[in-house]
Amino acid sequence: MEVLVRIENVKKIYRRDEFDVPVLNGVSVDVGRGDFLALMGPSGSGKTTLLNLIAGIDRPTGGRILVEEKEISRFSETQLASWRARHVGFIFQLYNLIPVLNAFENVELPLLLTKLSRKERREHVNTALNIVGLGDRMFHYPRQLSGGQEQRVAIARAIVTDPTIIVADEPTGDLDARNAEEVLNLLQRLNDEFQKTIIMVTHDPKAAQHARRTLHLEKGMLVEMLTGAGMEAMSARAEA
Amino acid sequence: MIPLKYNIQNLKARSVSTLMSIFGIGIVIAVMLSMMALYNGVLRATTTSGSKDSMMVLREGAQAEVSSWVTKEAYRIIRALPGIQKDDKGQPLVSPEIVIAFKIPKKDDPKGANVVVRGITPNAFALRPYVKLVQGRMFRPATNEVIVARRIRERFKNTDLGDTFKFGPQTWNVVGVFDAAGTAFASEIWADVDYLGEARKRSAYSSLLIQPADHAAFESIKAAIKNDNRLKLQVKTEYQYYVDQVNGLLGIVILVFIVTLFMVAAAVLATMNTMFTAVSSRKRELATMRAIGFKRRAIVGAMIIESAFVAFLGGVMGILLALPVNLISTGTVNWQTFSEVAFNFRVDQVVASIGIVLAVISGVLGGLIPAISAARMPITRALREI
Repeated sequence: MEVLVRIENVKKIYRRDEFDVPVLNGVSVDVGRGDFLALMGPSGSGKTTLLNLIAGIDRPTGGRILVEEKEISRFSETQLASWRARHVGFIFQLYNLIPVLNAFENVELPLLLTKLSRKERREHVNTALNIVGLGDRMFHYPRQLSGGQEQRVAIARAIVTDPTIIVADEPTGDLDARNAEEVLNLLQRLNDEFQKTIIMVTHDPKAAQHARRTLHLEKGMLVEMLTGAGMEAMSARAEA
Repeated sequence: MIPLKYNIQNLKARSVSTLMSIFGIGIVIAVMLSMMALYNGVLRATTTSGSKDSMMVLREGAQAEVSSWVTKEAYRIIRALPGIQKDDKGQPLVSPEIVIAFKIPKKDDPKGANVVVRGITPNAFALRPYVKLVQGRMFRPATNEVIVARRIRERFKNTDLGDTFKFGPQTWNVVGVFDAAGTAFASEIWADVDYLGEARKRSAYSSLLIQPADHAAFESIKAAIKNDNRLKLQVKTEYQYYVDQVNGLLGIVILVFIVTLFMVAAAVLATMNTMFTAVSSRKRELATMRAIGFKRRAIVGAMIIESAFVAFLGGVMGILLALPVNLISTGTVNWQTFSEVAFNFRVDQVVASIGIVLAVISGVLGGLIPAISAARMPITRALREI
């Protein structure tokens, strides 16, 4: 499997008042194109931080992050913003839909950063909403949707630009079991059918089962690697 | 670019606070516009009165016509000076005038107010072409007939066409009404200069108005009058005379303007407060938009547009609130002549545009700091905000 994301000895230290709080203490891992990776670990283990670094909304204190051979850890704020617009789809625990925009407009939002015409945008939004099964809820506002539906709109927003990576931070953390299952099946389908590369932070082992492989973090270190179907995807470097 | 609908929907979502902001800014702008309308009206009533070509001759040291005198001897000397424009009969265009302030009862105030009675010759019309008789007829020379400004007739008792009123021991008959195009003469009553002088036992004129043939003549006439020690007179353009008259009112206007400036500052702070609240309740969604790829400047832009839009509506509200004062005719006492100056509040296009521009500026200023603070927050931290 082609390496899409290469993480080399990444460190992240937060400064809280006068104290340096190390969150990641040298993490190295590769993520292959088409992988579905689950990041697990207790609170404070650094899993969300690692996800944020890969997604380019945070910068490492040390080490390098390369996506498609580009060292995004050296990008400027503005370069990162443009890079995210093209390459990253975000799924959040609390969906983070814009409450004053309807489902269609929420999904259209990332497309406003592209050069697509209004007509092309409409086609893309229709496709994305149909993939998540909400083609009939296009003009509903977030408050008129259930949690599960909201998350599916958010997933549509994450895939509408056909990004290189989809990052999901506890995508089922706020959903009941049935809706969680639905969202996870959807993510799995995106990975299987559309070969989307997905990196998902979760603390729910059941959620992690939908991934091809799982990484465990503890105290800012990779502690073990449990794998499902994706065992062969592990690179020697990641193991080291 | 973040769609405008996002801003408009957010403003709707917090409609109470939006409406309060609009009203708040509206009231500030309305007060300011009324002040400007007042200033505009006073300015128009006075500065448009004077021509920059005509020369006004007054006693040395006199601030206003009522406290000035020019002897008939001086009139004869000046009239003979070279360089004065001649009328079609070959007579020099000099208008000797007597100005007397006297009190007559107002329609809404029996105690009355001072009004200027100006004694004139037909030259007064030649030198002020914008003054036009609109009703009745011109007074006949050497009679107790007068013509009144349109606004005098509206505001004072017994000044309609055909009415008579008392001024001193004499009775005066109103035979005509004139329009003075909003100038200071719109607050005057005009009578025959010789008859008025005799009736009021004035042996001197108050002022002379001269039409010089050209600019060079202006300078030579001015020099001739200044250098003649018998005369002891001062010369200025008629325009300058009326500008000097405004100065008596200017202090009040400046004071009000400073107060208004503080009010605008208050509007900026109020906008800032509203926008800080708006931004802090939307930290997470703004961070989401940045994560999706919207740049900082897009976020700053969207917040400022939102703030400026509210302020713009506030400006429109301000104009609507200020409109009722538009063209209200009112009077104020000119402290130099102690006579009443009538003028209109004028909320014209200029005043209205200034109101809108100031409102939008205060919106932009008020939105700037909250917008920047929203865009500077680290995405990862803002995403955790509920």
